[in-house]
Parts: sequence; C-alpha cells; structure tokens
Amino acid sequence: MSTYNLTHLDELESESIFVIREVAAQFERPAILFSGGKDSIVMTYLAKKAFWPAKVPFPLVHIDTGHNFIETLDYRDELVKSMGVKLIVGSVQESIDQGRVTEEKGYNASRNLLQTVTLLDTIEKNKFDCCMGGGRRDEEKARAKERFFSHRDEFGQWDPKNQRPELWNIFNGRKHMGEHFRVFPISNWTEMDVWQYILKENIPMPSIYYTHQREVFNRDGTWLAVAPFMKLKPTEVPELRTVRCRTIGDISCTGLTLSTANTLEEIIGEIAATRVTERGSRADDLRSEAAMEDRKKEGYF
Amino acid sequence: MELLRFTTAGSVDDGKSTLIGRLLYDSKSIFEDQLEAVKRASIQRGNEYINLALLTDGLRAEREQGITIDVAYRYFATPKRKFIIADTPGHVQYTRNMVTGASTANAAIILIDARNGVTEQTCRHTYIASLLQIPHLIICINKMDLVEYAESVFNEIREKFEDFSKNMQIRDYRFVPISALHGDNVVKPSEHMSWFQGGTLLDVLEHIPINRDYNIEDARFPVQYVIRPISDEYHDYRGYAGRVDGGVFHPGDKVTVLPDGHKSTIKSINLDETSIQEAYPPMSVTLQLSDDIDISRGDMIVKDDNLPQVSQDIEIMICWMNPRPMQINGKYALKHTTRDVRCLIKEVHYKVNVNNLDHIEDDKEVRMNDIARVSIRTTRPLFFDSYRRNRRTGAVVLIDEGTNETVGVGMIE
Repeated sequence: MSTYNLTHLDELESESIFVIREVAAQFERPAILFSGGKDSIVMTYLAKKAFWPAKVPFPLVHIDTGHNFIETLDYRDELVKSMGVKLIVGSVQESIDQGRVTEEKGYNASRNLLQTVTLLDTIEKNKFDCCMGGGRRDEEKARAKERFFSHRDEFGQWDPKNQRPELWNIFNGRKHMGEHFRVFPISNWTEMDVWQYILKENIPMPSIYYTHQREVFNRDGTWLAVAPFMKLKPTEVPELRTVRCRTIGDISCTGLTLSTANTLEEIIGEIAATRVTERGSRADDLRSEAAMEDRKKEGYF
Repeated sequence: MELLRFTTAGSVDDGKSTLIGRLLYDSKSIFEDQLEAVKRASIQRGNEYINLALLTDGLRAEREQGITIDVAYRYFATPKRKFIIADTPGHVQYTRNMVTGASTANAAIILIDARNGVTEQTCRHTYIASLLQIPHLIICINKMDLVEYAESVFNEIREKFEDFSKNMQIRDYRFVPISALHGDNVVKPSEHMSWFQGGTLLDVLEHIPINRDYNIEDARFPVQYVIRPISDEYHDYRGYAGRVDGGVFHPGDKVTVLPDGHKSTIKSINLDETSIQEAYPPMSVTLQLSDDIDISRGDMIVKDDNLPQVSQDIEIMICWMNPRPMQINGKYALKHTTRDVRCLIKEVHYKVNVNNLDHIEDDKEVRMNDIARVSIRTTRPLFFDSYRRNRRTGAVVLIDEGTNETVGVGMIE
C-alpha cells in the first residue's frame, strides 16, 4: 500500500513547478532571469519539467556585467540552444557607455550594484511584467521575508513593509500598468537542497563549480580570481591555487573556495561540513548590515 | 527525508526568538558568519549578551526598532527531517501574520510562560491554529526553570489547556515542558525534569506523522494551465497541468470536469517525461484525458463518485488583512484554487473575540485582524469542500480591485 509520502526534494520540486506554471498563467510577458549560477540553472530545469512536452514559454534574460567567468557564458549559450528559447542580454557595459551609470572606482569597485539599472532598463525595454529569479530565502535575512510573488512599483522598487499577505498556494499577481513582479520559485530551497537535487536529477553544471587550478589573490580573507579588470593592491600577490566556486556571480565579488571537490557527492560532503554560509564569501553582502535589503528596495534581483 | 513546515506562536515575552535561536543553535544550523554578524551587531548595539533575536530580524526597520514586522522563513535540517519555520511576530498585526504562517503549516508550536499559565493569548493562538486547521499542535510550556521545573505546574497548565480547548477543532496536540534559555528539552533532554518522558521538542518535530495531513479521500485537480505544444512530434497533445489538491488519481479513473460536467477517463499521468501510476497531494503533474473536451484554467477534474459542493452562495470565516475595513455590499476579486471570480459581501453574522471566543454581534465593521463569519455571493459557481475537510479546496483569498492588494482570506464553512 502506498503511504502517500513525498520526499523533501519531491515536495520542493512540486511547489516550484506550481509557482512557475502560475507565472505562465497569470502574466503576459514573463521572463527567467538567468545568471548562470546553480540556482538559476535549477530554476530553468524546473521550468523545462513544468511545461514538458512543450517548450518553456519564457525567454532567458542575462544581465551581463562584462565581468563573467567564460565558462558561465559557454554554459548559457549551450543551454539556450538546447531549449530552443530566446536569450536576451542586458549589458552593463552598454549602460556605462550610455552614461546611465558610473563605474565604481578603487580596489573594491564592482559592477554588481550597477546591474540594477541595466536590469530595470531591460525589463522596461522588453515590457516584461514578471521576472523569475533563483533567489532563496535561506540566503540572506532580507530575502527570508520576501514573498514568492513579490510586487514592484513603477520604479521597480520593493516595499518590504507593505508586502501582500501570501497564504496557502494562492498567489496574487494583479498589478497596475507599469508595475511588475519578481517571482522566486525556489524560495523554500536551501543550498543543500539545490545540490541534492542536482545530484538526484543529474543536471550538468558549469565546470567552475568543480575543483580546478586558478590564479587567485587573497583580499581580507577572501580568495578572488585574477582578471584583467581586477586591480590588485601592492600587498596582494597572485598565486596558483586549487579552488572551486560555491556561488557564481560577477568575478569582482565572487569569493572562491579552496577545494578539491570533483564530484557532486564531494561538493555535498563539503557543504554539509562547512560552517560558513555561501554568501559569507560574497563581498557585496558585507558592505553593510542591510546591504541586501537596500539593493532590493532599489530593484536588485 | 520528509519536509515538515511549522509555525511558532507566542507573545513578545514568551521567549519565542530565544526558542528558535536555541533550536537552530543546538541543532548546529547557525553558521559561523551568521553568528559573527549577530555578535558584531549585538556589540554595536550595546547588548550585554549575544542577542539571538537579531538572527531572525531581517529588515533594517526591524533591527532599528528591535521589533519583528513580517513573517520570516527559516530553514534547518536534521538527519531525520528537513524543517521550514514560519516565524511570525508576536505583537502588532498578530492575527494577520499568524494566519499567514499557519496556512501552510503541518504543525504549530504554542508557547506558554509557565509562570503565567493559560492566558488570553494562549486562547487566541490556539483558536487561530484551529481555525486554520493546523494538523498538529505542540504546546511548549516554557521558562520551567523559573518554576523550579515542577511537574505540578506543568500538569496544572496541561489540564487547564485541555479544558478550554475541548470546544475547538484540534486534531492532535501534545505538551513539552522546556526552558528555551537553558536548552532543557529543546534539542537535549533536560536533566531537571526526569518526570517527563515525552521526548524533547526536536524529537516531537522529527517524529510526528505527517503523511495524513493532506486530504487523500476526495480527488480534486484544479486545472492550472493547459499544455499544447505546437510541434510535429506532439501534434495532438493536450495536457492539463496542475497540482493535486485532494485524493489520489490513477490512469483509468473515471472523471467529471466541472463546471460543464463532461465525463471522461484519465489516459495518463505525467511528471515531465515520466509516466506515473498515481498522483496525490501535493504533487504537480500533467493529466491527459481520453476524450477531447474543452477544458481551461479554473476548471476542476474530480472523480465521478465524489463531487465537491458547487455553489455561488458561500459561508466563510474571514480574516481581514487590510487597514481599510471590509465593505458590506462591497465587491472584491476572489481567488479559489486556480479559479478567478468576483464576489459580493452580503452579510456579516458576527465577529469573534479571539481572546475568549465570544461572538460580537453589535459591531459588524470588520477591520484589520478581525475574524468574522460572513456570507458571500460569487459571480460564477465555485467547486469547493469545507475548509475542515480540505485546506486547499476550502480556502479563498479576497483582493481589492482598486489597489490589487490582498485584503482578506476566508475558510469555507
């Protein structure tokens, strides 16, 4: 006799598929925000499942800082080709060239913050009324309070104190002209869930999640990749290390983990033993106690 | 591994943040950088000890004012289960937030201060838990250290609780005496309460049976989205995507499609490419039927021998969530499963005083955080079960058509 039990991964998968289908049903011009990181890869994989045997009814949108790991771009192009969906790239470099934003200066300069302007411009230009992101509530304390369906006003802003109550599996995607939604289908997944699911479903991942040799330097305890646009301080010395990415973002703010993990099982073992959160290596979150909340209010991912 | 969702209910000084902090800390779910961040913030604030509440207060305004504004979700796992905590603030807008957290919970932890015993707040929390039909209640009698860990205090509170809650519809409840501050019976068994043999709070959370929390008697499949690939390979494919909201479906089952009443048979059930032999809540699947009938989002596929109620006149218990009071004779957009209709508020029968369960009949203005018994009429029929029977097909959400805000939530009687 069946016990009618789902495992935690099955239940999370089912919840996310429900949310993704709800986006297709409630919005006219939805899109998937694809960063090339594991969370957006899993979200895109779930979207494929949700609509099989039809194609995913959303384009992928990549906000390109111009400071990407090349492996991420290769993976992105391959994925788009295999899914037969459209890729839309919003370029931060273009925003800089057009004078829409000003590049940060100094050693800790990052294009991470500038992405918000490019993202909002891309949303407006393509008239997207909903963008799905791979954000998870366990990542950061401001995200812990965000809804699955997160409303944005006509300036793309999030008002954390005035969020719509969200009950059961009923999602309110109603909005006025010019407003849009951010939807986070994998809100309830943890980093561990994501990796266990990648293992269970055998999802191919960009090579930089696995161990490799890379030229890196240490800044305030964080290993950063050496790249032409990264300015090193006189005391910082490039050295060759065995590393892997625990998260993938813009090179300027993605801390690398010293690791020899070469398989999904080894990565899971490493995460189970770690005592630091994944965003602990993200320089962008360490800027202030409420760094994430402030960026999100302005329209960040 | 199974997933258990639970919510915590307690007043400001019942030690709710301390309990959650303790649960996360003792189960080794707090990371070093999170603890470092909390230490940094505590010192900066001049707190004398590490303030674990800062772990859960995420927004700038919350940390500035030392209060919790919104429901926050936290995650931890043990080798036995994975847990999602809906952490709801303990003061202003309490009802609204607790109702939100309760809507998806398998279990609720209700905190009682051992020194104060059963209070108005206990009544309120228990009533909301029963209204939202949370399947399991865990009553934690906290601060046992302040009453010398006395068994008599525990027994007295337990009897009082059983007495006052017997008229509420609570399916399953149990008691655990704890001290969140010192960690007694939270994750580690207490050395001070050998008289208690019921296991720690974490034991309870790890072992409550949850596979019967969903309705598996009445087969209900609200159609969420119609999949029609425009491709050569799947030329005539027509799949009905959705989440099973009740009962168990198998290929070959005879089904009726509401509202039109067309009959057909389930040809196949798919989870992407994989064809499966049974689908039950809360699985997201795709059904194919043997007959070509016109079905769209908002329709419901049910089994022939077990139909839901179908009506435009519906009695609900409503919880109001918006600063603008509910308008009698007002019209609102209404969401029920995947169906969108409009509704009219016809009559308010009474409001409930959540602190003592008295009915209020002389003041019928339903304001934020009020709970009331209301009659509504919908523009088109809904296919529903009573909320008591099915938390998915018995729930409705009301939306203000001008502001698009979610203003009220209802449990069908």
